Amino acid sequence: MFRRLVEPAGHVTVTIDGRPFSVAAGETLSTALLLAGFAGLRRSARLGRERGPFCGMGVCFDCLVTIDGAANRQACLVRVRDGMAVQTGTRLPALADTVPE
Amino acid sequence: MTRLDLVIVGAGPAGLRASVEAAAVGLSVMLVDEGREPGGQVYRGSESGAFAGTAKLGSDYAAGAVLAAAFRASGVEALFGATVIQIEREADGSFCVSVATGHDKAVVVRARAVIAATGAQERPFPIDGWTLPGVMTAGAAQTMLKADGVVPDGPVVLAGTGPLLYLLAAQYGALGVAIDTLLDTAAPGNWRRALPHVPGFLTSRYAFKGLGLLGKALAATRIIRGVEAVSAIGDTRLSAVTYRKGATERTIPAHVLLLHHGVVPQINLTWSTGAQHRWNAARLAFEPVRDASGKTDVPGLFIAGDSGGIGGAQAAEAEGALAAFGVLRMLRGTAGDDDPIEGRWRHRLAVSLRGRAFLDALYAPRQSHLSPPDDVIVCRCEEVTAGDIRKAVRRGAMGPNQVKAFTRAGMGPCQSRMCGLTTVAIIAEETGLSPGDIGHMRLRAPVKPVTVAQIASLSEADERRTTESPSATRPRK
Amino acid sequence: MSLAPERSGNDCDVAVIGGGVVGLSLAYGLAKTGLAVTILDEGDIAHRASRGNFGLVWVQGKGLDNPDYARWSLASARAWPFFAAEIEAATDTALSYEQRGGLMASLTEDDLDTRCNDLRRLHNRGQDCADFERLDAGGMKRLLPAIGPDVVGGTFCPHDGHVNALRLFNALHAAAASLGAIYRPNATVEAIDRLPDGFSITGATGEIRAGKVVLAAGLGNARLGPMVGIHAPVRPQRGQILVTEKLAHFLDYPLGTIRQTDEGGVMIGDSKEEVGFDNGTRHDVLAGIAANAIRIFPLLAQAQVVRSWGALRVMTPDGYPIYERSVTHPGAYLVTCHSGVTLAAVHASHVAGMIGSGDWLPDLTPFAAGRFADVPSPG
Ligand SMILES: Cc1cc2nc3c(=O)[nH]c(=O)nc-3n(C[C@H](O)[C@H](O)[C@H](O)COP(=O)(O)OP(=O)(O)OC[C@H]3O[C@@H](n4cnc5c(N)ncnc54)[C@H](O)[C@@H]3O)c2cc1C
Ligand code: FES
Repeated sequence: MFRRLVEPAGHVTVTIDGRPFSVAAGETLSTALLLAGFAGLRRSARLGRERGPFCGMGVCFDCLVTIDGAANRQACLVRVRDGMAVQTGTRLPALADTVPE
Repeated sequence: MTRLDLVIVGAGPAGLRASVEAAAVGLSVMLVDEGREPGGQVYRGSESGAFAGTAKLGSDYAAGAVLAAAFRASGVEALFGATVIQIEREADGSFCVSVATGHDKAVVVRARAVIAATGAQERPFPIDGWTLPGVMTAGAAQTMLKADGVVPDGPVVLAGTGPLLYLLAAQYGALGVAIDTLLDTAAPGNWRRALPHVPGFLTSRYAFKGLGLLGKALAATRIIRGVEAVSAIGDTRLSAVTYRKGATERTIPAHVLLLHHGVVPQINLTWSTGAQHRWNAARLAFEPVRDASGKTDVPGLFIAGDSGGIGGAQAAEAEGALAAFGVLRMLRGTAGDDDPIEGRWRHRLAVSLRGRAFLDALYAPRQSHLSPPDDVIVCRCEEVTAGDIRKAVRRGAMGPNQVKAFTRAGMGPCQSRMCGLTTVAIIAEETGLSPGDIGHMRLRAPVKPVTVAQIASLSEADERRTTESPSATRPRK
Repeated sequence: MSLAPERSGNDCDVAVIGGGVVGLSLAYGLAKTGLAVTILDEGDIAHRASRGNFGLVWVQGKGLDNPDYARWSLASARAWPFFAAEIEAATDTALSYEQRGGLMASLTEDDLDTRCNDLRRLHNRGQDCADFERLDAGGMKRLLPAIGPDVVGGTFCPHDGHVNALRLFNALHAAAASLGAIYRPNATVEAIDRLPDGFSITGATGEIRAGKVVLAAGLGNARLGPMVGIHAPVRPQRGQILVTEKLAHFLDYPLGTIRQTDEGGVMIGDSKEEVGFDNGTRHDVLAGIAANAIRIFPLLAQAQVVRSWGALRVMTPDGYPIYERSVTHPGAYLVTCHSGVTLAAVHASHVAGMIGSGDWLPDLTPFAAGRFADVPSPG
């Protein structure tokens, strides 16, 4: 769906749905997810339909994923960090009693 | 109680230039932006993006790096990755600005004046299937290009109207990225309506830039003009695009569909302050009412750049400077614009706004695309269709707030950013009233979703802040 | 063009002024008795508490020093299941009404003791008053597994419930319309005049004539009441509310200040502020509301707030409703209260019935407007 035009300076590793992926250091998370083949990131709250990044600038809230345990974060406004754990596919997030930092 | 002279929201060309000028005249300033570095939309990635320090995206884009450097040199304190969620005016006339900074943190900043330079967003282009993964906006694709050096792969279709659509096509063209089809949906009579604005256009920088741009895009791409309807086809993701022109309907394979319908001011923050807004019929958008320095009817609140009305990056920068001078005048109680620097910015603003009316007319969307057919989803968050909205209006909901209560359109996390204008357009069509008389849904704080913990931390942050002194800024040399 | 008809015949049997939950419940009830009803409402921008309320059908703590009000609230709560079923059937709308009981959480023993003493005092009046149960921390945890360690206990009242407030608002519109009631928006009323056989009501969209007129205009009743000889000094009292994104279901019971809607969003409220007609939000008040919610349910800390608002309650000087029929203007009625959702069931049945028939039963006499004769009009 998308491809990289410019070779990144370095790589970091993030886990997406439990699987490790090597991604460009400092890349926007939504971009990294698209490059890793995740087109649909979540299900819509009411009808449960697939949604993926749409506006790319923090406006539409369709790129929501769980990042390091924090539910419903906008992937297009976050940059990847080494060791980041990303969970896709939530419809309604469940709140955990303790959320890591 | 300590407070700053000025808080500036937004680190695009308007906010950056306002910061530089305000610091130069000795005001104590803080800049806040939810992005990670200076640049805003147009200069996204100027410092550390994939094309930072290159001319591959054009000389206009390269100007961003210069401005970002000037900002860094100004010494203005900046909060990046921070979202302004509320601006309140206190009884003493000063402002209390609530800023969400981390997952469970927020700060309260007090200032005597505020410049809102929150920029633009793309006008929603609601079509059948636009919620499918693989359908994105042209702006999103451009942001991916600037920030990450990433481009579409496989069959790509661009659809809609507006200069950005062609700019993106040209940028892709220059980088050797193939676009399969560009579906131009501009209304057929646009050329005629744009004609009276040709003289202004010919003296503008767009005339030269614009023609070059079109030429490049044309050369590399199949362009289909006069497209009347577009829909996205797919099951769990986009697989094809169908378009209709006259009696012909065609379906073409697509992995990525990039929609664009022009840009409009991002009004969530400015509207929430209570500042007066009005409908601009030529630009089909709500804009805050402001004077030549960006001053609004909320004393001490100034608005600069695209959030006040679309003018482009150069105009935004000039407006940022003018707003800074306006704030200075207000704080020092001086009259008139005797500063020669201010005069130069005023001139630059006038020059950069030339040709705008031509572009507005030329790229105006079709009425039928502003107010889509019944089965198209208008509110993406709450999955409310155009038909649901029409039904509510027919049952007596004559305005967007009542429609919202009836249908939930506008109640999701995007806070009506994706459905507000469409809802108004549908109500206008149904009632025969003008969007100006209908108004927009009331926009309130928090202007972006924030956690309960962030809101809870606001009162504590308030006390902390008032006992600290803001960082000193340099006096004018 | 034909000449206007002689003053025979009105445009409708009853004009209801006000298209909030109170006006709509009455309009629905009146239409059900076969009357021709017209609802006159303001426009899109209006103080309409019905768009900003919390959606509780609540009995607990109501009428602590007014057993008549306690009984009235309980009567409505008891009528609610039937009312809900009726509206749902008429409109094919799920109101998501639930009545499994509701809770109040206490963060200190003192607060819990006071609350229990109050509820007991009311209960011991022996009349038909609400039951309640005192719960310790363990008892709260059993009903609300997500409850935080700061909560020392609480009270449970089996009559309490909640409803999707916006769907109720929407459905009442639809239900009234299905019985032929006419809704007129942008029809702000400016004057009400007596005619031999009814009333002439004029406003933004011209004149309409009605046999009877019901003032259910919320805060507007303070201004409209005197036009029919009724003094109703209601004032605004602001409540601020936060709503989170939709979350997976975690709350089985509503609390007085926190509830999860059927759609998943959590509503957190609400303040009581005397700030006139300012329906804005204040960061310090919202911060207090948020901090309290986190103490009760710590997991809420990470939930995202998507909206907040201030809405104006319609408050009488003593906080209880006004039900009044005009002595000077027979055929004119005034209804005002601040718990319009809770009381919707009795409004649609009893009160609408009394207005329709003109038989004013003793249930309503404790709520006559005369008790405020000495209170000046606000503003
Ligand atoms: C997607 C898109 C692509 C565009 N591409 C081009 C292009 O290629 N070429 C061109 O000439 N023009 C382009 N434009 C128009 C161009 O962006 C504007 O003319 C120019 O950026 C206006 O500058 P500004 O300073 O007013 O706003 P912006 O550059 O948009 O800056 C506004 C800043 O405010 C921040 N912000 C907003 N709200 C808050 C808040 N509540 N709290 C904290 N921060 C906040 C945003 O993060 C952003 O950084 C584009 C517009 C869009 C929307
Ligand atoms: S893609 Fe729209 S908010 Fe992230």
